[in-house]
Amino acid sequence: MSRRFVEPSILPGFSLTFGFTVFYLSLIVLIPLSMLFFKTASLSPREFWEILTATRTLAAYRLSFGTAFASAGINAVFGVIIAWALVRYSFPGKRIIDALVDFPLALPTAVAGIALTELYAPNGSVGRYLALAGIKGAFTPLGITIALTFVGLPFVVRTVEPVLEELDPQLEEAAASLGASRWYTIKKVIFPVIAPAVLTGFTLAFARAVGEYGSVIFIAGNMPMKTEIAPLLIMTKLEQYDYAGATTIAIGMLLISFFFLAAANFFQWQLSRKYGKV
Amino acid sequence: MSIEVRSIHKSFGSFKALEDVSLHVETGELVALLGPSGSGKTTLLRIVAGLEKVEEGQVFFGGEDASIQKVSERGVGFVFQHYALFRHMTVFDNIAFGLNAKPKNLRPPQAEIRARVSELLKLIQLEWVADRFPGQLSGGQRQRVALARALAVRPKVLLLDEPFGSLDAQVRKELRHWLRRFHDEFRITTLFVTHDQEEALEVADRIVVMNKGRIEQVGTPDEVYHDPANVFVLNFLGNVNLFHCRLDDGKVYFGNIGVEIPGVASDNARSANLYVRPHQFQITRDAGTGTSIKAAVAYVNPAGSVVKIDLKRETGEMIHVEISQAEFAALKIVRGDIVYVSLRDVTYSEYQI
Repeated sequence: MSRRFVEPSILPGFSLTFGFTVFYLSLIVLIPLSMLFFKTASLSPREFWEILTATRTLAAYRLSFGTAFASAGINAVFGVIIAWALVRYSFPGKRIIDALVDFPLALPTAVAGIALTELYAPNGSVGRYLALAGIKGAFTPLGITIALTFVGLPFVVRTVEPVLEELDPQLEEAAASLGASRWYTIKKVIFPVIAPAVLTGFTLAFARAVGEYGSVIFIAGNMPMKTEIAPLLIMTKLEQYDYAGATTIAIGMLLISFFFLAAANFFQWQLSRKYGKV
Repeated sequence: MSIEVRSIHKSFGSFKALEDVSLHVETGELVALLGPSGSGKTTLLRIVAGLEKVEEGQVFFGGEDASIQKVSERGVGFVFQHYALFRHMTVFDNIAFGLNAKPKNLRPPQAEIRARVSELLKLIQLEWVADRFPGQLSGGQRQRVALARALAVRPKVLLLDEPFGSLDAQVRKELRHWLRRFHDEFRITTLFVTHDQEEALEVADRIVVMNKGRIEQVGTPDEVYHDPANVFVLNFLGNVNLFHCRLDDGKVYFGNIGVEIPGVASDNARSANLYVRPHQFQITRDAGTGTSIKAAVAYVNPAGSVVKIDLKRETGEMIHVEISQAEFAALKIVRGDIVYVSLRDVTYSEYQI
């Protein structure tokens, strides 16, 4: 017996919605992406490889992915804490805090970048005290991480919130009645349940941070080899009309991002398999 | 270990959940907290467990004040209506949870934990599910696992919050009998909440009937059913018919028909309410001695261990009657028949004013 492409469903509308999905994704995602590869194809494999492995490119990749990873990690920890406070307790000003979480999404990133630079520059109101402690805020990888943490904040909070809301408080009561300490309960009962959501939030924050441009260029200082992020390097190449060079670096970023997302998805799949979906 | 609850007060906002509730449960007793929803029975159970704070009053376990102890220190086994199993853990890990959660110096060695869990799995007759996840079990199986998990830490008292409330009738009956057998064997002091009077009557040594944050009556199933302390208890435990009648000269009058009932004082005439259970009636074909009420058969349901019959009096009032299958077979009544009902074994009580 031959297997069908899809099992026929009793609910109508499959061909319409599926057709639209394919058309829409092609128009919005696939065609622009294919242009990327098309443009790069004007280079010889040797030229392509040279641009991709130039020390300046590698340094930019390292900086971009390193700071994105660090900021997503910071957001994963503090995002869970914020989500916990918002879900579990009611307190005055809760709605204001709730709105503040979405703020980084609404604010033009360049505005955020300028504000953060003002704050963390050596003569800024925070940077001044950091400088006393011998820490440079703006114009270092630390500054970039701060900016990326800012733009990535909503993702972990918003993905973990619904899962925490669904988490039955009786599970914690059951654990307590069995003599478990609070810490043991968090470790063994709460964390395993929210872990997949935290990972999803982490991935989203990471993806957002890798592609971030506006808020970073002000605070980064943009010194080649030191504080030059990959998206900026692409912009630099574009300004020099080196389209093929720009798309090459973009393809590099795309492949690395794809690898990370695939790894995260695999990890997620393993988590949900281990904890047996109900 | 005995449980002693002393004048507990608890309110949620302006809602008074418990008002001056005191209760004593003997060591090894199986006691049911019975009442409609909102009567405070679950709140009382949660206070005994330490899951709820009290404003006033104390809880003692075996004479020791438990009010100051946290949930995790009280040594109670708590079973929730919706199981509250850890769904990311296997059945084995769920049951072993309480043992693994002990601090290192008190935690039994792994071999001992394994032995204890297998022993409990055998007790709940689910040895073959050790490696499954709760999501792969039926409701009845999940609740048995939840019970085993609570028992693993050898609790001093066992507290069950509507343990069979979300199971279907057949499984509920089975588990009810299982709980009774289990309790007869191990004699752990057990307090369980239910809104199902049949369940309470069948399983418990004693029943605590609650209503609106107060205890209405405490007694054995026999006492609360046959000798209810007030109208609420009478109404809550089984069906009952209400007659508005007149007391005169030691007799109860339904219209012109006077019936002698033990317990009626021969004082002045007054109106009264008489409550009669469906099985306290006799149906006859003929009018007899003139002490029976004439009625028409409105509905007959012969399916079940008793036959349920609804009768309509000439005044329009309905009477719900239950007679045995043997009586029904002898009478051969069908819908529309005119019959005569008389009271049997009815005793008049003070609250039937």
